[in-house]
Amino acid sequence: MTNSRAGLSVRPTRRSGAGASSARYGGLPGWVIAAASLGALFVLLPLAAMILRVNWADFGALISSEASVAALLLSLRTSLTATLLCVIFGVPMALVLARAEFAGQRVLRSLVLLPLVLPPVVGGIALLYTFGRRGLLGQTLEVLGIQIAFSTTAVVLAQTFVALPFLVLSLEGSLRSVGTRYEAVAATLGASPSRVLTRVTLPLVLPALASGAVLSFARALGEFGATLTFAGSLQGVTRTLPLEIYLQRETDPDAAVALSLVLVVVAVVVVGLAHGAGLPTPWRRSGTNR
Amino acid sequence: MNFLPPKVASSKRRSLAALLGAAILVLGLAACSAPSGDAASTDDAARSASPTPTSTASTSAASTLEGTITVFAAASLTQTFTEIASDFEEANPGVTVELNFAGSSDLVTQITEGAPADVFASADLRNYTKLAEAGLTAGDAVNFATNTLTIAVPARNPAEIGNLSDLADADVKTVICAPQVPCGAATVTVTEAAGIVLTPVSEESSVTDVLGKVSSGEADAGLVYVTDVLAAGDEVEAIEFPESSSAVNTYPIVAVADSGADAAANTSAIAQAFIQYVTGTAGLGVLAEAGFGPPE
Repeated sequence: MTNSRAGLSVRPTRRSGAGASSARYGGLPGWVIAAASLGALFVLLPLAAMILRVNWADFGALISSEASVAALLLSLRTSLTATLLCVIFGVPMALVLARAEFAGQRVLRSLVLLPLVLPPVVGGIALLYTFGRRGLLGQTLEVLGIQIAFSTTAVVLAQTFVALPFLVLSLEGSLRSVGTRYEAVAATLGASPSRVLTRVTLPLVLPALASGAVLSFARALGEFGATLTFAGSLQGVTRTLPLEIYLQRETDPDAAVALSLVLVVVAVVVVGLAHGAGLPTPWRRSGTNR
Repeated sequence: MNFLPPKVASSKRRSLAALLGAAILVLGLAACSAPSGDAASTDDAARSASPTPTSTASTSAASTLEGTITVFAAASLTQTFTEIASDFEEANPGVTVELNFAGSSDLVTQITEGAPADVFASADLRNYTKLAEAGLTAGDAVNFATNTLTIAVPARNPAEIGNLSDLADADVKTVICAPQVPCGAATVTVTEAAGIVLTPVSEESSVTDVLGKVSSGEADAGLVYVTDVLAAGDEVEAIEFPESSSAVNTYPIVAVADSGADAAANTSAIAQAFIQYVTGTAGLGVLAEAGFGPPE
């Protein structure tokens, strides 16, 4: 990633030489394309298989039941809140990890990204031992009159816990690849650290921030294991769409499939919106022209 | 002032990566909810790779049975059926019993989707009926155990629960199974019979999740099966209540109709022998020890 900008613009030009369309790059080996196609098939085929099972005749009724609507609304509400928390805490975390230097930074980085590789159930157990009634902070919170278990707050916490690393990771990578040259120039021109951050650093990494936020949202939307373990499952309070799907599967597989499709569509729409509107156009234009 | 470089990284590529990432994440949920199905197909591969049972075995006595059967059993039978299967294997040296445990309705789904099961032991009659209606059972089912609900409380009973009506108290954090799953259906029956209305803080999709909330002390009480509390150890205590007799859960066991033509006669002979073993004195002894009631 470090020098990808330079690489992208220089290498194709050199390779195609006389060719005017320097952005096109036809040197991909056939086996790479074959493997990529297999990989894509592996992802898309199950999706297609699910769509084939949808009971279209009752689709409207299945997804508009009271329980389904409550689950969808709860999911959107909690995922948006979780994404907001991810941005609020994830941006500073990424900045510290990418720009600051301190002892134990590497270890801290690995630990912070741990929820990426942890099974969500483990995350749920960890949260339970932190915020639960008998948890590390649970006693203190209870004295303050705050009860997190079985509340919507618990859902948001679980979602934030699993989604945060996605934002930190994507933003930190971008911060590193963008480098500090422009920040240094801004600083020599007399800009304060806060001004450098808001006028130089953040605009530079805005696309990464947007895609990181979208990833976090998608992860929060799909959160299941940690929520089930930590928050419980009650309609309108803690039963998000994935939990509703899991429960519906017991008695009404048609409803479960219909709701799964809704979840996929919501995720695709959100990602599509971010793709279409999330990034400032001048950058995109310059990106495709060169 | 503008310090922006002429070109930042390729935004198009980035968004594409985000799209792919999101798709993978969402699909992760689907993958998460069907691990036992995968396990079943692995079993299938293992079974077809194992030596084909000899056809002579089906005609001779039970002690000379040879081959492998796959038993799909309700999650609440995990401990007892593991023990019974190893006893059965000991009694029949040529036989291997592959076990697959999951919620009864999951198991029915797996079997109807083509998972290779020879025996199905359900935690309720409803899921057995589903399989029978799909035409996937062979022969009649035998009821081999019963289970009743009990109140599970954390060790030392911090909320001082004494009977079922205590669970209706607004200050008591009660966790129950959702009505869609067998233990939740039993909960509805029991509370209706007792004439009380529960306001649970959570309706879980499995007994395990209810127990988890109780053993961690998050919930003050939960309604689970007698056998679950026995299996949970010291973290959880059981408080029996008389109304539990209004919802007695019956466990049926049945042979699954063979879909594959190969060695069908032989696996069904082993399946029958296994069912007889479970419903015989040895099997019932193991079940009784775990807290299961006698079949009705």
